[in-house]
Amino acid sequence: MSLHEQFAENLALYALGMLQGEERAALETHLEGCAGCRRELEQLRGDMALMALSTAGPVPPRRARQRLIEAVAREPRQAAVAAARTWWALVPWVVAVAMAVGLVALWLQNSNLQRTIAGLQDQTAQQMAELQRARDVVSTLTATNAMRVTLVAAKTPPQPQGKAIYVRDRASLIFLASNLQALPPQKAYELWLIPTSGAPIPAGVFKPDAHGSATVINPPLPAGVQAKAFAITVEPESGSSAPTLPVVMVGLGE
Amino acid sequence: MSGAEFKGDRTDAAVLAAIRSGDESGMAALYDRYSAVVYSVALRVLGDTGAAEDVLQEVFMQLWRNPGLFDSSRGSLGPWLAVIARHRAIDGLRKRRPETDIADVVVSVEPDMAGEAERTRAMEKVRGTLGSMPSPQRQALEMAYFEGMSHSEISEKTGEPLGTIKTRIRSGLLALRKAFAT
Repeated sequence: MSLHEQFAENLALYALGMLQGEERAALETHLEGCAGCRRELEQLRGDMALMALSTAGPVPPRRARQRLIEAVAREPRQAAVAAARTWWALVPWVVAVAMAVGLVALWLQNSNLQRTIAGLQDQTAQQMAELQRARDVVSTLTATNAMRVTLVAAKTPPQPQGKAIYVRDRASLIFLASNLQALPPQKAYELWLIPTSGAPIPAGVFKPDAHGSATVINPPLPAGVQAKAFAITVEPESGSSAPTLPVVMVGLGE
Repeated sequence: MSGAEFKGDRTDAAVLAAIRSGDESGMAALYDRYSAVVYSVALRVLGDTGAAEDVLQEVFMQLWRNPGLFDSSRGSLGPWLAVIARHRAIDGLRKRRPETDIADVVVSVEPDMAGEAERTRAMEKVRGTLGSMPSPQRQALEMAYFEGMSHSEISEKTGEPLGTIKTRIRSGLLALRKAFAT
């Protein structure tokens, strides 16, 4: 590979350390990929070495040799190597210290996380227990095989009965009924929340089982409604937005 | 082992091997062989014996501290030291930080400068070549080489066009090469 003539003069300036700026950057980029110009640069430096010979004649003073020998003695290679080894030998220690510091930080962080996790686990276990109790209650209330017994005064014929348990703040309602009469096809009972003011609010459509029992658990209700009474009407299976008279059962709040 | 035992009968490779192994006498041998080349070029550039001594010291100590800076597979030691000495002296003259990474400097040249006789013959040939150059060409080359002037500065000082100065510098260096090619 031969020299690129367009770079020839700049190569000489570059060898002499005279080329600056964009020209220098462009040449260095070119040199990276051009073996011919790199070879020419080496030869130009050889020419520069020859140029140095033109100055030959003066010799350094004797003290210069002694100065160098003493300087070399002050920096013995073993020491230099040892120093280098010492320096490099520090690297693992620095790394080890850094890792130790990191480990302590991680350990502290880990301890905090462990405490947090333990707290969360306790909280979760407690919530799981509460949830399980709630599930048991609901399961018992809604089980189809549950035995439902309504106690009344002795020698009193069975009467339809309903029990509504309502928590206004949570808009939570549980309704249990027994001894309900069977309904004609396509008819269902509908529970109504009668507020202290305003129209009755639908609180669930249901059909009694073969024993006349029924359960309504937490039907969708607006929050915070003050209930005056609960009532039941007979409605189409799809339910109604307003009660259809007559009211078959009613109970006033306490 | 003293440096004198190396002188003349050991190759540069042997001297370098001694330096690499931490043998201080290797540095003495290196000094005896090349101190004049390094010192004279530094003195010519700097014009001050103390400053030239400092460059001499710096160049040799750099090699002692890190012998790997010179890669013997990429050139000869004497020319390499001469080029490094010139760079360092110019850096000192121009009061600038070293601009050349010496580990990157590869010098391709014949003849070898290891022997005193070879150096003397080479010196005479170089001086003869410079002496036979047209004066403006030699002047441009010496301004660039020994004074570290940029081509723009030389152009300004001589009143010659920039392109002419560039051409003179390169052709001056090529003339030296040509003298040793025959």
